[in-house]
Amino acid sequence: MHSLEIAVGATIVGLLIGTWGAYGKLYGGPVVRDLFAVYTTVVRAVPELVLILLLYYAGTDLINQVLAAMGYQRVDISGLVAGIAVLGFVQGAYSTEVIRGAILAIPQGQIEAARAFGMSPGLLLRRITLPAMLPFAIPGLANLWLIATKDTALLAVVGFFELTLATRQAAGVTKAYLVFFLAAGVLYLCVTLVSNFLLGRAEKWARRGMPSIKEAR
Amino acid sequence: MSSQTAVIDTAARASLWLQPHRVVLILIALGLVASAAYFMRWDWLPQYWEMGLVGIWRALWILAVTCALGFMIAVPVGLAQAAGSIWVAAPAKVFCTIIRGTPLLLQLWLLYYGLGSLFPQYPWIRESWMWPYLRQAWPYGVLALTLSFAGYEGEVMRGAFAGVPKGQLEAARAFGMSRWKIFRRIWLPQAFYRALPTLTGETVLQLKSTPLVATISVIDIFAVSSKVRQDTYLTYEPLLLLALIYMAITGILVFAFSRIEARIPVKIG
Repeated sequence: MHSLEIAVGATIVGLLIGTWGAYGKLYGGPVVRDLFAVYTTVVRAVPELVLILLLYYAGTDLINQVLAAMGYQRVDISGLVAGIAVLGFVQGAYSTEVIRGAILAIPQGQIEAARAFGMSPGLLLRRITLPAMLPFAIPGLANLWLIATKDTALLAVVGFFELTLATRQAAGVTKAYLVFFLAAGVLYLCVTLVSNFLLGRAEKWARRGMPSIKEAR
Repeated sequence: MSSQTAVIDTAARASLWLQPHRVVLILIALGLVASAAYFMRWDWLPQYWEMGLVGIWRALWILAVTCALGFMIAVPVGLAQAAGSIWVAAPAKVFCTIIRGTPLLLQLWLLYYGLGSLFPQYPWIRESWMWPYLRQAWPYGVLALTLSFAGYEGEVMRGAFAGVPKGQLEAARAFGMSRWKIFRRIWLPQAFYRALPTLTGETVLQLKSTPLVATISVIDIFAVSSKVRQDTYLTYEPLLLLALIYMAITGILVFAFSRIEARIPVKIG
């Protein structure tokens, strides 16, 4: 269950970072744009496992040092929060690219029309940009969600108790390695298949009123 | 003439790229690197230098072997899904779904701990010539990574095979080519060209999953950095260097693939 919690949390954090990052990359000043370019390039070039280790240790250490400098006591950051933050940071880089592409795919006239109506940027984002980019973004974001569910397994390496590590320990105790790992595999597969079905429905819903891909060709 | 315009072009592009704020950012980045080099501890480097090189070499070797083997499996898997009857298409589809639907770490541990614990129970396996290999960790790592690459790439190849225009294959048949020859001369090359951009991404993903084999005690570069961390109680330095190494390898891979991509004809199909 921890696995799903982390996957959901990481995807939400990733989406927030992604929307923000896509906006920064598209409309930000030159410095912001370059910084986001560095962020997405670096995160996507380094293995998730290395990033998780680096952020897990560096992140908890940094927060504790800041707290100590401000005169508070050291806190133990729960694995759940750390896992969500770390995976969300990684997911943010990928979803930045997905959302940026999706926003670019919106017919420019729609955004210009909204601006001409005098919409504030917040309203524009909420009413026009996000709904209009959704059909273009959902396939990519669906992939990211599936990657997030599978990346939670990597947290086993830093000792966080989720499905894969729990399986390994249970298997180690009972010596029935094959049974437990196969069962865990089936569980992951179920999550994937169910989310495939749901995301397919969601994509159909987001594309409502648009010509189907086959006709558009 | 054309070379002269090219020179101007690159010069213009360079000046466009090197805007003032970029110079400042680059200076800040250099400053960060310099301060990292100065304030952090790097005295462990000479001691672990050779081990690190061996580790890099091993990671690259695993990457190359698993990509090559995985691609060889991916071609029939993709072909079965694109053109095969339901009896071959369905198993291929199930294979792809299972590989893509479960974490690689789980597959790796399933093979290593699961199969690895199963084999010693059978005496005939222990007496066979394969036993010295089966006792080591790396065959399991290579097998798991190969299957994973085959699963992901099989799906890509399915799309690529299906994307080759029907007219090309019909023309080849009209020339009287045999089925094998059509596949070898027409279908596979065109599908490969189509899959090449995706192949770059898949290879980079594969590189990023190689450190997982360190969890089953294969000594690649990731395992070396873990060992450094255990030996010296340093947290950040080995990890930062490791991230840098992976970024360098990714950069080289992407560059090499872009060179290959530039060599193939652009207009296909």
